[in-house]
Amino acid sequence: MSYKFTVSPDFSPDYLSGWFIFNTWLQRALGRSFHLEMMDNFQQLHQAIDEDRIDLIYANPYDASMLVRDKGFVPLVKPRGGADEAVIAVRADSDVDAVESLFPGIKVASTDDPDVHLMGMIMLEPAGLSHDSMEIKQCDNYVLVAKALLKGECETGIFLDKAFDELSRPIQSQLRALVRSEIQVIHHSLMAGPRLQAEVGNLRRVLSTMEIDPKGQGVLEGLGVSGWDLVDEEETEFMIDLMETLTYSPD
Amino acid sequence: MISDMNPEGIVGEYSESIIQLYEIGPRKVLVTNNEVPYPDGRLIVSRTDTKGIITHVNRSFVEMSGYSEEELVGAPHSILRHPDMPRAAFKDLWDTITEGRIWQGYVKNLRKDGGFYWVKATVIPNIRKGRIVGYTSVRRKPDRRRVEECIPLYASMKKKEQEGSQ
Repeated sequence: MSYKFTVSPDFSPDYLSGWFIFNTWLQRALGRSFHLEMMDNFQQLHQAIDEDRIDLIYANPYDASMLVRDKGFVPLVKPRGGADEAVIAVRADSDVDAVESLFPGIKVASTDDPDVHLMGMIMLEPAGLSHDSMEIKQCDNYVLVAKALLKGECETGIFLDKAFDELSRPIQSQLRALVRSEIQVIHHSLMAGPRLQAEVGNLRRVLSTMEIDPKGQGVLEGLGVSGWDLVDEEETEFMIDLMETLTYSPD
Repeated sequence: MISDMNPEGIVGEYSESIIQLYEIGPRKVLVTNNEVPYPDGRLIVSRTDTKGIITHVNRSFVEMSGYSEEELVGAPHSILRHPDMPRAAFKDLWDTITEGRIWQGYVKNLRKDGGFYWVKATVIPNIRKGRIVGYTSVRRKPDRRRVEECIPLYASMKKKEQEGSQ
């Protein structure tokens, strides 16, 4: 039997080959067959999850609730020091010096990365901004978010912090971070679906010791991860509760 | 446990109030007019058991409240109760979350040093295996205009509560 593995579509394109190498490493370490299928977007991913076609997923925190509470997935590991954080940025020459100086009707460049977009929206709230009072330009990646600011198409942009920090020097020098999130507990995690339940113990073992295996170390480097930390169910339940407080709207 | 506030830790001129805490009783609090701005980008997160006793706090909670983690864990969440907050707000909160629903509102919190800070608070029941095992409270930076709306509203609710209790 071959298990289906996928990675949340918000992964950095720099690590595409890294995930395929990880899949090969995992099959050898576990002695099980995994087929890695990358999804083009979140819609495609959610359809695959809905149809119970996924057995192992590197999941965005936004999807954790559905995976754990509706689909019976079990959290395995998270990347060490890998909390997801967001940055709100403007052009370096913008008059805006604080989020509170932003105004209704502004154009905001963002991506379909759901947890980063959510964190960005939370940081825009103090300016009285919501989806109803802004125009969102959805970009395919964070370089295009930056370009939307530089071209003057949008007044502000929402970035994954790592993506913002990895923008090229010339681009970054023309942008200015207004605020960075420091939430610390929202993170991606690798999760196993119901058909993999018998392998959960083995998966946790091989993943948590991956960094001390010389080959495993190289594979981790290819993902930009220094090691995996085990995640227990309550930690994930806590993160799901926290995400629900951030998505909650009584209106 | 929760003790009366100590004048030694208060920064600046203060006034004294007695607030009635549910299932705890009266607490003497010392309040100043010093507002501490909510830091950008942060979430203040805490968890309590079903009785409202704090079981977990994050770093932002410790920094904004002025208490140490050791002082907070084991204390009732009402250690943050500011005398300007109407009792009805917290009754609504508890009525909502004990029914398993999420509560959201704007809250003026009291610091250990007598100062205060406003938050937009969301409290969610932690439901595990169909049972409420505690609550998670997540506070974020509020829209100042909403805070300005709450100030007279809460003052008028407080006034009615005081008139009703006389």
